[in-house]
Amino acid sequence: MSVLRVRDLTVSFGRRHLVAVDQVSLDIEPGQRLGLVGASGSGKTVLASTIIGLLPDNAHVDGSVTFDGQELTTLPDREFSAIRGKDLTMVFQEPMTALDPTMRVGRQAAELVALHSESSQGTTRQLVVDVFDRVGLDQASRIVDAYPHELSGGQRQRVIIAMALINRPSLVICDEPTTALDATVQAKVLRLLDEELASVDAACLFISHDLGLVASLCSDVAVIHAGRIVERGRTEQVFHHPSHPYTAGLVATASIDKVRPGERLPVIEDFFDPSTVDSAPPSESTNRPHRRIRRSR
Amino acid sequence: MSVFGLNDVSVRFGGRRRSVEALRGVDLVIEEHERWGIVGESGSGKTTLLKLLAGLEAPTSGSLTFFDAALDLRRRETMAKLRSSVQMVFQDPRGSLDPRMTIADIVAEPLRSPLLRGRGDVPRDRAARVDEVLEAVGLDRSAKSLYPHEFSGGQRQRIALARALAPRPKILLADEPVSALDVSVRAHVLNLVNDLVDSMGLTLVMVTHDLAVVRHTCDHVGVLRHGQLVEVGATGEVMDHPRQAYTKELINAVARLDV
Amino acid sequence: MKKLTVIIGLVCSGLVVVAALVSLVWTPFDPRKVDGPARFAPPGWPHVLGTDAFGIDTASRLLVGAQTTLLVGVVAVALAAVIGVPLGVFVGMGHRIAGEVVARASDILFALPALLLAILLAAALGASVTTAAVAIGIATIPVFQRMARAATLTVMSQDYILAAQVSGIPGGVIAIRHVLPNITPVLGVQAAASFSMAILAEAGLSYLGLSAPQSTPTWGRMLHDANLYAAPIQAVIPGVAIAVAVLGFNLLGDGVRDYLDPRMKELR
Repeated sequence: MSVLRVRDLTVSFGRRHLVAVDQVSLDIEPGQRLGLVGASGSGKTVLASTIIGLLPDNAHVDGSVTFDGQELTTLPDREFSAIRGKDLTMVFQEPMTALDPTMRVGRQAAELVALHSESSQGTTRQLVVDVFDRVGLDQASRIVDAYPHELSGGQRQRVIIAMALINRPSLVICDEPTTALDATVQAKVLRLLDEELASVDAACLFISHDLGLVASLCSDVAVIHAGRIVERGRTEQVFHHPSHPYTAGLVATASIDKVRPGERLPVIEDFFDPSTVDSAPPSESTNRPHRRIRRSR
Repeated sequence: MSVFGLNDVSVRFGGRRRSVEALRGVDLVIEEHERWGIVGESGSGKTTLLKLLAGLEAPTSGSLTFFDAALDLRRRETMAKLRSSVQMVFQDPRGSLDPRMTIADIVAEPLRSPLLRGRGDVPRDRAARVDEVLEAVGLDRSAKSLYPHEFSGGQRQRIALARALAPRPKILLADEPVSALDVSVRAHVLNLVNDLVDSMGLTLVMVTHDLAVVRHTCDHVGVLRHGQLVEVGATGEVMDHPRQAYTKELINAVARLDV
Repeated sequence: MKKLTVIIGLVCSGLVVVAALVSLVWTPFDPRKVDGPARFAPPGWPHVLGTDAFGIDTASRLLVGAQTTLLVGVVAVALAAVIGVPLGVFVGMGHRIAGEVVARASDILFALPALLLAILLAAALGASVTTAAVAIGIATIPVFQRMARAATLTVMSQDYILAAQVSGIPGGVIAIRHVLPNITPVLGVQAAASFSMAILAEAGLSYLGLSAPQSTPTWGRMLHDANLYAAPIQAVIPGVAIAVAVLGFNLLGDGVRDYLDPRMKELR
């Protein structure tokens, strides 16, 4: 059975019902990692917020989201809180704002454990130290007593990942989890996320505009454009043989290293005319001459 | 003639007791029409280096020359020369455009600088020049009466570029010009920067953490770490045969599509 | 919800303004005319809101009092803003030594309550509405200075300031072209809040006899003159008027902020 099933989900905002997510359906199997790629404003973050139940009050939701067989869109807040943070967790983009600045990070993690289990305080602390240790925080027993501002960006994001995994969830939603980090730190955090997801056998919905990150972490990928999933499949398949022109455009723009230095970079509009959504046949638009991608090495 | 010359430049911030050294003993020569990429992570001092070149920061020690003349922030003549030939674009186009000014006013602002008066080739007709640069960056004239919040991130970065180009600068400084933008918009802006630098014969100094961008746009690269320039050279050379372990690490950290 | 508070604010402050305007051309009775036999008349006809201990018509006094109320607010806020805002911007734009001096002076002034200033000024210049307004205005300078400084610091950290500096735009021009327009919304809210604070402060000073002399009709003075045993309603009426004015300008301040922001236009 799928761990997450989204069916015909439509999310709109405000009195004018501006549609952010349009008739989206997708499934995530246990342990599967699905990358969700799209430009900003494509609806990817709204989709994530809908799944985890953190939409603002002016949102209207249609369709269904089931998690472990349980319908989430109509779930009362109190019952949702029992799932959120335990079986369904989230790693946020900005590690500074996702942590409470007035609370020691160890206590924030311990609170998550205490909320969802009946373990005693002594064992909880040990558990938190262990998990912090596992996510590569040196001197974990000291870091648990630190405040967020005393940690570096990379350390904070490790804490967030530790908190997302501490209750052994079945699905982790990651919303651009490494965009705020430096390149070398990003690579390390990504590797960590990869290992830790595997070790607790959690499924993952990985949201990013960076195709390279998705390619290195996810087995499957869905491409979202203007609130709709335009393409979905195995990662290699989608990125190497995109069937939708928008995907082809995304892949081409993301491969800067395949264009000779100084030459014109391909842009999405070479492949896909946004004004004619769903109309451009892929065969026609992929044969344009200036689209040829040369390898630089 | 070299545009910028840095000789053993250090910059320290803070008081006597707790000072932070943002740059340490940096030597760098930037020639005319070169395109430099300065690569480094947060805290490496790359933004401080850019501010130094923009005349917004002074070296604590060492010497800085501009067109082979010593640059002194207190001397009006040298500063006038710097201010009238250097322009800058910033990382976040939301913060670099005054939200209460129309696009026409924003783009025209550098033309109203009193320091431009000494220069011969300054565009006289401001309105015409604004039209010209807006067209050069691919924006419609109707943009002029609008406010920054009415544009997308990529369009705002175009506006910022138009403003930078309005006074016909010789040197363009860019602080992470595409890292706040979507991958899909990034290509547009990079193409534009390349075209403009080519057609206007600019000297480019771009600070970024993205080596892929440097490889594509710059012919020279400098790697900054903890305020020190650890590796300098031609881009192809450094990217293909990095000498420092840190440079290798940076190159390997770039996530590629074909993994 | 937001809209409702703005409407209430507009109605309340509008009432005060209308009352002041009407009183310029017409009042039911002479607000200064003593009428012995009519003293302590209850609300009714012809004295709609009754009369006070001297038989002066309360409705007339209330209308004319609105003038004083607005005058005090305008004078106090204008004085505080004209001195406080440039100081705050100047300090916020990074003059370090001047900044220290201004900050300390501000602290001293801040520690000095309006009441004390009013007593000092009243002793030196004689008690009048103007002295009270000036005292309140001086006491409010640090509020504007600090607010302007904090807002300026935020603006100065934006990249568009750097862009202007790179082009060699002088500091004074940056202050006028970039800083002032961008701190106006914050100051607008502060002005409205200070306006209502000034009204309240003047009422307090009048009540203590440090503002208007007996002949000038003001709401605080009416409160002072009311005889709680003979006609308690005569204390309630100016009290309500003061409350309405304070509430009105406070709520209006919140609305002002949104309307001054071009980014909020499309949300309306």
